[in-house]
Amino acid sequence: MAEFSLPANSKIKTGKIHKAPEGATDIKSFYVYRYNPDSEENPCVDVFEVDMGSCGPMVLDALIKIKNEMDSSLTFRRSCREGVCGSCAMNVDGTNTLSCIKAIDEIDGDVKIYPLPHMEVIKDLVPDLKHAYAQYASIEPWLKTNTPAPDKERLQSPEERAKLDGLWECVLCFCCSTSCPSYWWNGDEYLGPAALLQAYRWIADSRDEQTEERLEKLEDPFKLYRCHTIMNCTKTCPKHLNPAKAIGDVKKLMVEGS
Amino acid sequence: MDPRGRPLSPHLQVYKPQLTSVLSILHRITGVVMAFGTFVFVWWLVAVALGGEAYSILQDIFSTWFGRLLLFGWSFALFYHLCNGIRHLFWDIGKGFDLTTAYRSGWIVITSATVLTFVVWICAYTSIGKLL
Repeated sequence: MAEFSLPANSKIKTGKIHKAPEGATDIKSFYVYRYNPDSEENPCVDVFEVDMGSCGPMVLDALIKIKNEMDSSLTFRRSCREGVCGSCAMNVDGTNTLSCIKAIDEIDGDVKIYPLPHMEVIKDLVPDLKHAYAQYASIEPWLKTNTPAPDKERLQSPEERAKLDGLWECVLCFCCSTSCPSYWWNGDEYLGPAALLQAYRWIADSRDEQTEERLEKLEDPFKLYRCHTIMNCTKTCPKHLNPAKAIGDVKKLMVEGS
Repeated sequence: MDPRGRPLSPHLQVYKPQLTSVLSILHRITGVVMAFGTFVFVWWLVAVALGGEAYSILQDIFSTWFGRLLLFGWSFALFYHLCNGIRHLFWDIGKGFDLTTAYRSGWIVITSATVLTFVVWICAYTSIGKLL
């Protein structure tokens, strides 16, 4: 059953205000979700006044600056800082994105930063992705074949390979799944757009020989069909992929196959 | 460790409403609204069958501004659900998934549902004028 409000231990309190250093002229306020698992206190939102005169252009630059200069306890995931690793996925300015490729000057007014929505929070901006990864594993994201391995590679024509474009680029940041209201309410059983896009990536692969079995595994009222084509996933994908279309294609194959 | 367990990150509270999600929830809301409207429609049919006296009670209710507002709401719900239902049929055959098309079709649905609703009401009011 859908829970629209937050549980008692998750309600957000107001936090501390960290003033900008003296002499800063170009100041932007960053409202950042904080949760300390060692405190037994509810999450809160801290305000950091950042001097934009000495800050890099991306939201991640501001977070790193805050961690370096204002509050070293601020916790978030980051790695590649160029949109290919998927670590710094978070909710910035009301939609999910990778903070390393989200420009600060795209955001009017204050910048509000929360963890990926409707996830268990480990600390600050770090959500627990265990369940999402388990769902990804459940679609068996590897090449499955029945025929014996050939001496060389399993060949694929350029046309067959082109079918994987728009699918293989996914960095598994889970921005899409955690933007989906259906995943919020039914995420325990519904696989969500990220895992389903990957499921289709293997269904669409001409070298994979277990397409039927893959489709059969998705034939379930929850795993696939909780997608109601809301399209928040496609709207929010920082890599501009289209999970809604991939899911639509899986649904179409279900009908054509039966 | 916090003995109360991990908190749940905010979702509806912080996620920006956008055309994609707003039209989707509106589809569901109009569906529910129409389900209630069906009961009223049955009531109307029964009143017609019962004859003049029963029908005039209903007629009085629907003549009030509140009654009219409800009918207006139901007619919009019907047209919105119909138009967006057609949008869903296109998705079901695998068309219209790219974001530009989805936004365009969304605005078309809003416009056509509004226009159809007003056309029906303009026709209704002009024909009432003729009857009087």
